[in-house]
Amino acid sequence: MTQSNENLPKISKDKFTVVGGKHDQTDQLAAKSVSFWKEVRLRFMHNKLAIVGFFILIIVALMAIFVPWLSPYSYREQLGVYNAPPSASHWFGTDDLGRDIFVRAWMGARISLFIGITAAVIDLIIGVAWGSIAGLVGGRVDDIMMRIADVLTAVPYLLVVIILLVVLQPGLLPMIIALSITGWVNMARIVRGEVLSIKSREYVLAARTLGANTTHIIMKHLVPNALGAILVTMTLTIPSAIFTESFLSYLGLGVPQPMASWGTMASDGNNALDTAPWRLIFPAILISVTIFAFNAVGDGLRDALDPKLRK
Amino acid sequence: MIKYIFKRLLYIVAALFVIVTLTFFLMRIAPGSPFASEKSLPPEIEAALQEEYGLNNPWYIQYKDYLVSTAQFDFGESMKYKGRSTNDMIAESFPISLTLGVEAMILAVGLGVLVGVITSLYHNRFPDYLGTTIAVLGISVPSFILAGLLQYFVGLKMQLLPISGWNGFIYSIMPAFAIAVTHMGFIAKLVRSSMLEQNSSEYVKMARAKGLGKWTTVFKHTLRNALLPVVTYLGPLFAGVITGSFIVEQIFAIPGLGKYFVTSITNRDYTVIMGTTVFYSIILLLAVLIVDIIYGLIDPRINLKGGKK
Repeated sequence: MTQSNENLPKISKDKFTVVGGKHDQTDQLAAKSVSFWKEVRLRFMHNKLAIVGFFILIIVALMAIFVPWLSPYSYREQLGVYNAPPSASHWFGTDDLGRDIFVRAWMGARISLFIGITAAVIDLIIGVAWGSIAGLVGGRVDDIMMRIADVLTAVPYLLVVIILLVVLQPGLLPMIIALSITGWVNMARIVRGEVLSIKSREYVLAARTLGANTTHIIMKHLVPNALGAILVTMTLTIPSAIFTESFLSYLGLGVPQPMASWGTMASDGNNALDTAPWRLIFPAILISVTIFAFNAVGDGLRDALDPKLRK
Repeated sequence: MIKYIFKRLLYIVAALFVIVTLTFFLMRIAPGSPFASEKSLPPEIEAALQEEYGLNNPWYIQYKDYLVSTAQFDFGESMKYKGRSTNDMIAESFPISLTLGVEAMILAVGLGVLVGVITSLYHNRFPDYLGTTIAVLGISVPSFILAGLLQYFVGLKMQLLPISGWNGFIYSIMPAFAIAVTHMGFIAKLVRSSMLEQNSSEYVKMARAKGLGKWTTVFKHTLRNALLPVVTYLGPLFAGVITGSFIVEQIFAIPGLGKYFVTSITNRDYTVIMGTTVFYSIILLLAVLIVDIIYGLIDPRINLKGGKK
């Protein structure tokens, strides 16, 4: 470039005039620099569906905490009014044993949310441990660990869960065990993938060269960088656990009576469809809205964290 | 290719072995007995029954017998219904489940692709919002909930379709729809995002610049490439349709395999539970293998030889 410039005829500076633009400011950045997580938050907030989902989740959680606590009825109390349609005293009506469906529905929310979140946390712990060990150690250990995971994924998930629940007897703890026994494999795979890709990055090499030990690399580099993928997988595990729980409750393998769960309530309601449709409709709406909200938040998070979409 | 298939078959055998062993030992420790019905049996008869089903042998003999008979695809006689073998039950009820399942899969793929294409062509306009909302709703409403609601509104209130039973095509519409809707939503989302990705690529611009119409471009160019993710989804779709049928068949009183499976669980009919589980597992594993092979065949970028990255 400089060489060709020499061949050009000399033009004096005063033949040029400034027509616009702010010369003194071009060195400054157009936008304020924001940290990664702040940017993620901003992008998440722009996603209307995700925000709606987020608020629905907060409402569902608050109702699940406060309704069974503040309500004049308890979830197992038989009030003597059977199959009453929704009214001022029983907002969602009552069931065939005369129990208030409004209280039962929010009691069910407690159980469904508890099962969903616990299953997701157990998946998280086992999955992150398994995946990061396989990814970090590599070699034969990785091979063996991933083959075990392969065989476990080949086993159909719902069949295993059903068989386990037949054996363990329906209940809260057996449900959680059954849900997490093969559920962690997905998380392990994702974490391993992240670890493998991060491990070979230059900044990890740089950190090693500077004398950082493995713990430091895991805590300072691997965990923060894999956090996004882990978070998204977790948010999407919860709705599928809630779905499976209600599915199993529907099969009669859920938490036993008089405990309430959305699945058992919907299953009972389905049998009374022609006489008391509200017994199906309210739990049905709650399950669907909650699953929708979790999915919306999970999708929103994934979009917000996807570096491909960074502007 | 052959090496890859062989390797996968080996995995399937390993997975089946795990399933068979797991079901066997779990069923042994499972509480409740299939002979414990309303009336308690005289001890002699119970002993004779135990003898007949080989429940008195030590566990390793039972395990060996079970492995051998399973390898021969003989799942034994039902413990609850005298004289009915599990194989007969499967032979009798599986065709019904298969009909329902195929119908549900056609519905899911057909409607899903249609909604996906429409939403991507009208990106960020009204049809997009409408289609995406339908897809999201479809994903959020579980099949068994939808089945109940359909029975109530379409069957009972509007009297459009029969509420339950299995008596010809018209009886299969609601159950197939109930199973299909969730998957339809997933497929619509998949197709939409991969269509959008394709739409911004050079060859689509080229096709449009040549003067090809919107829809001609879709059918001649974009859709072929956008359908690849749908093929990968076929495996999970198959599994989902099968498990969806457990409850939906129960709700609509359809005498399919899913209903037998659920009934055998409530009856603690161990031979039927084990037989159906193994049968389902074989179908599912083979389906996933077939999908992977098809995927390798239609997408030249995928190389099945080594099976390793």
